[in-house]
Amino acid sequence: MNPKIMEMINTQAFPTPFCPGCGHGILMNAILRAVAEMEYDLQKMLFVSGIGCAAWIPSPHFKADTLHTLHGRAIAYATGAKLYNPNLKVVVVSGDGDLSSIGGNHLIHGARRNIDLTVICANNSIYGMTGGQVASTTPLGSLTTTTPQGNKEPPFDLCRLVKAAGATFVARQSVATPVPLVRTLKKALAHVGFAFVEVISPCPTQYGRRNAFRSPYELIKYLRENSLSAEKAQGLSPEQLQGKILLGEF
Amino acid sequence: MPWKKTKSLLEPGWYFMQGDEACAEGALAAGCRFYAGYPITPASEIMIRMVHRLPEVNGVFIQMEDEIGSISSVIGASWAGAKAMTATSGPGISLMTESIGYAGITETPCVIVDVQRAGPSTGQATRPAQGDIMQVKWGCHGDVEIIAFAPWSVQEMYDLTIKAFNCAERFRVPTFILADEAVGHLRETLLIKEEVEIFDRYKAPGLPPFGTDEPNGVPPMPAFGEGANLLVTGSTHDPWGFRKTADPQIQARLTERLVRKVKDFRAEILLTEGHFLTDAEIGVIAYGFTARAALAAIKKLRQQGIKVGLLRLISIWPFAEEAVAGLGQNCRVIFVPEMNRGQIAGEAKKFTSTPIIPLPKTNGEVFEPAEIVEAIRRNLT
Repeated sequence: MNPKIMEMINTQAFPTPFCPGCGHGILMNAILRAVAEMEYDLQKMLFVSGIGCAAWIPSPHFKADTLHTLHGRAIAYATGAKLYNPNLKVVVVSGDGDLSSIGGNHLIHGARRNIDLTVICANNSIYGMTGGQVASTTPLGSLTTTTPQGNKEPPFDLCRLVKAAGATFVARQSVATPVPLVRTLKKALAHVGFAFVEVISPCPTQYGRRNAFRSPYELIKYLRENSLSAEKAQGLSPEQLQGKILLGEF
Repeated sequence: MPWKKTKSLLEPGWYFMQGDEACAEGALAAGCRFYAGYPITPASEIMIRMVHRLPEVNGVFIQMEDEIGSISSVIGASWAGAKAMTATSGPGISLMTESIGYAGITETPCVIVDVQRAGPSTGQATRPAQGDIMQVKWGCHGDVEIIAFAPWSVQEMYDLTIKAFNCAERFRVPTFILADEAVGHLRETLLIKEEVEIFDRYKAPGLPPFGTDEPNGVPPMPAFGEGANLLVTGSTHDPWGFRKTADPQIQARLTERLVRKVKDFRAEILLTEGHFLTDAEIGVIAYGFTARAALAAIKKLRQQGIKVGLLRLISIWPFAEEAVAGLGQNCRVIFVPEMNRGQIAGEAKKFTSTPIIPLPKTNGEVFEPAEIVEAIRRNLT
C-alpha cells in the first residue's frame, strides 16, 4: 500500500476483519486515496458508520474521529454532529442492509433534507456479518441462508431511491474498477449537499460461494463483464440492459 | 472542577409559565444548544418553545423523521460538543431505548424528557400517568445506569432540567426528566433567579476518554474535530475506544465502571424532601404530580389527628434507598400512591421490611387528595 495511505491508518488494529477476497479492503484504500488526493485534513473529518462489515472500514482503522453507531442509525447520528459543527467534514460509510433496510428511513430523509453529508454505501447484496441472509439489495433468484429456494423479492435500486428522495449527487461504482471509483469518491467528497455513492463490493464468503462464484476472482470478473457506464447505457433497450450493472453519476 | 455560575437567560423575576415551557427554559439556562425532536402529545410544547428560543442563543434545532432519529442526532451532536436534549412521551421512549443504551455504553451526556401519558402503547395520549418509571430504568438490554428526576411543579420543571444537564455532563450519563401530562401542561408561577450554577464538560487532552485510573472517576470527554482521533463505539471497548468484543476482563471492567460511576456518587445526585416526618407513624412515598395530592391528603389527615408524613422522591434513579429504609424504621406502614400499578411501591419493598401498601391509579386521571385520605383511613381501620 501507498506509504501516504498507511500513515492514515491505525495499524495497531491490523489485521483487518475482512475475509480473503472481500471488496471492502479495496474500498478502504479508495476512500483514503480520495481523501489524500483532495488534501483534506483527517483531523477535521468525522467518519460515521452503522453495524456490519462495511461499518468496520473506518472504525477503528482511520486516524480521524470515528463514530461507530447502532444498526441503521449512522445518518441520523451524523446529522446531529454535522448540524452542531458544520466545519466537520462528515462521511458516512456503511453497508446496504444497514443504510437501506433497517436505516432506510434515515437514508431517504437525509437525502430529502439534502444535508451536507457524503454517504458511501458498500453494497455486497447480502447480510455478510450475520451469516449470509437475504438483503433488500439481493438480486432476484439468489441463494441465501434465508432464501434456500432463491430470492423472490425484487431488490432496491439504491441510486434511483436516493435520487428520488432528493439527493443532489448520486453515483454508482464498483471495487472492480478502482480508478473511476476514486474519481467518483473525490467528486462526492467535494459536493456540498447530500452525496450518495453506492459501491458494489462483492462478498465471496456469504454471497459468492452460495451462488456459483467459486472464487473472489470470478465475482470481480462478473462485475467487470456485466458493468456498463450510464452514458453507454443510453439508447439501449430494456432487454439489452437486462442483468447489467449501471455505473456512473445519475 | 468545571462548575461555574452564569447569568440566567431570562430576566430574573416572577413568570407565569407552563411546565413544558419551563422545562425548555431550564435546558437553555443550563447551556443546551442542540434540540432534536419528533411531535408527540403531551411533550410537543417543549419542542415549540425550543424552535423559537434556540436561534436566539445560536443553538441548533431540528425536527427529525422519528424518535429514533431524534435521540441519534442528539448523541451525534453531544460528541460534536453540544449540550443536547430531546423530549418525548412513552411511545417515543420505546423507540429511543436502543440509542439510550448506546449513550450509556459510550458515556454520552444527554437529557431526555419524558412527559408521561397513559399507556400501554398509544393508550390515552392526553392523559397523565407515571407508567414509565421502570421503562427508563430497565428498558435497555444489559445493565445501563441512568439518572432520573420527577418534578412536581413548574418551578421544578425548570430547576430539575438544569440539574439533569449538570448530572448528564458531570457523570456522562443519559439523564431523564420523568414529568407527566399534568405537570407538563400545568401553568403556575416560576421564579427565575439572577444566576444558575452549571457544569461544563470536563476536558483533559491526552487522557483516555473511556476509562480512568481513579477508581470512581468519570473520564474526560473530547469533542469531534479537536484532534483526539476519537473512537466512539457501542461495542465493548478499551479506555481508548478500541473494540474488544471477546475480552472478558475489559467487558467486566467497563460494565462495572458504568454502574459504579453513578452509584458511588449517589450523594451528589439524590434529592428527597420530607413533610411532617419527625413524628410520623404512617408514611407516604410519592413523587411527581401525585405528591401534591399526597401532601394535601396528609394535611387533612393531620387535622383528624392521624400522624402521617410524606417522603417525596425528587430523584427517582438512582433510588433513594437510605431514605426509604429510614422511613421504614420510623413508620409502621407506608402507602405509595402512584399513577401506575405499583412500580415504586415494588422498588421500595427491596429496602424496608415495614409493610408497604400500594395505591395504584391507572384511569388516566390524577389523584384527588380525598381519595388518598380515604384509602389511608380504610386501610387503618
